[in-house]
Amino acid sequence: MQDFGAAFAEAFALIAGLDAELMAIIGLSLRVTFSAVLIACAIGLPLGALLAVGRFPGRAALVVLVSALMGLPPVVVGLAVYLLLSSAGPLGVLQLLYTPTAMIIAQAILVTPIVAALTRQVIEDLHGEYDELLRSLGTSRLGTVATLLWDARYSLLTAALAGLGRALAEVGAVMIVGGNINHVTRVMTTAIALETSKGELALALGLGIILVCLSILINAGLMGLRRTAERMAYA
Amino acid sequence: MPEVLAIDFGDEKASPPAILLDDVVLERGGKAVIDRLSLPLGPKGVTAFMGPNGAGKSLTLRLIAGLIAPTAGRIRFAEGVPLPQQIALVFQKPVLLRRSVRANLDHALKTFGTPRRERPARLADLLALGQLEPLAERPARVLSGGEQQRVAMVRALAANPKYLLLDEPTASLDPQATAAIETLVARAVAAGVRVILVTHDRGQAGRLADDICFLHKGRLLEAAPAARFFQAPKTAEAKAYLAGDLLL
Repeated sequence: MQDFGAAFAEAFALIAGLDAELMAIIGLSLRVTFSAVLIACAIGLPLGALLAVGRFPGRAALVVLVSALMGLPPVVVGLAVYLLLSSAGPLGVLQLLYTPTAMIIAQAILVTPIVAALTRQVIEDLHGEYDELLRSLGTSRLGTVATLLWDARYSLLTAALAGLGRALAEVGAVMIVGGNINHVTRVMTTAIALETSKGELALALGLGIILVCLSILINAGLMGLRRTAERMAYA
Repeated sequence: MPEVLAIDFGDEKASPPAILLDDVVLERGGKAVIDRLSLPLGPKGVTAFMGPNGAGKSLTLRLIAGLIAPTAGRIRFAEGVPLPQQIALVFQKPVLLRRSVRANLDHALKTFGTPRRERPARLADLLALGQLEPLAERPARVLSGGEQQRVAMVRALAANPKYLLLDEPTASLDPQATAAIETLVARAVAAGVRVILVTHDRGQAGRLADDICFLHKGRLLEAAPAARFFQAPKTAEAKAYLAGDLLL
């Protein structure tokens, strides 16, 4: 118990002192996470909207598949990306394994189905409301998707938030494709796993506290933005 | 089963129809909800569809708008299939985008392909038409029901449509808001827009409509000039409807 208390005290000292190693790990974590979520949104938002609006053979199967992929095991994604990017893999020539880019790819693969599935649900509901209006105006399919995405923008923050949560907390995939290399690919979650295994509880705890605080701050910020928008009655 | 009376809009409707519903059938769950509806609609004026709930009035409007396809029969327009901007539909409950009034109107203009340089002037005209200038920057969905319906009406008129289809546009509005909508309808008619209106409001039908089409259980039972329909309805169903009786 005394060790635990000491670890906490040391963790707070590291945070308060803006420890350089700690800051580097946080910086890389945020870069990887936000890049992955950005890519996932760029793919998942239009994909989800198309699934909501489109009527084509195999749509139902695709909807089920995207929903099922929300539960993709990170280690399996990590392994698949590892095999793709390893020297013997089809993309080995790109030399991306054990780089932040490989971690972004793995996280984007994990987050895209979450964004797409949640987007589909939000857009499908809104489409039910707008469908007759947009058809009566003669809106094209692309115009319909654009209108729905724009008008659902604040609701879609929830989809982005869910993706962000998954990416920020993810450890298995980034460990496999990033290798947890100090000053290169070490992020908060992999560092916590490593430091804990080494018995270095202070750094692990410091990172853990920051991870939780960041998650709360980002969620609170985005939810606040959404509420403001709702108060303005755009939602 | 009541008899379907001959369509008699009077001599002024002798001109070739602008819209012809030709033996139109719409089935839902194996049941005809629109049953062999044949009706010529002339090129001018206001036609009101009346009848009890479930008569098929709104479905007929949606069939004319092309939002649903008939199970059998055809709907023909004199000039061929109209462009979406030539046929405007206003719903009972206005559907407005989650944007400002101005952005709602601008969205319609963009969708209709109005050139960017022409849009500001057109927007100003539309806002003036609906007396919406003070509300232009307000989110459309926080406006009162009457104001929202005015936005929907003005949006429907944005592309100078040839046909304006109104599905109970004042069903839940107060008299003042109703008057504002009826003024817009009258202005559209004066500008040559062909209006087809669904209404339960006998007074409104009397104020606006030239002709009445009375539907019951998906069938057209009467089609006559408004004055004659109200003075001397020919079917027992229409008489009962106008007397305020429940039609079962």
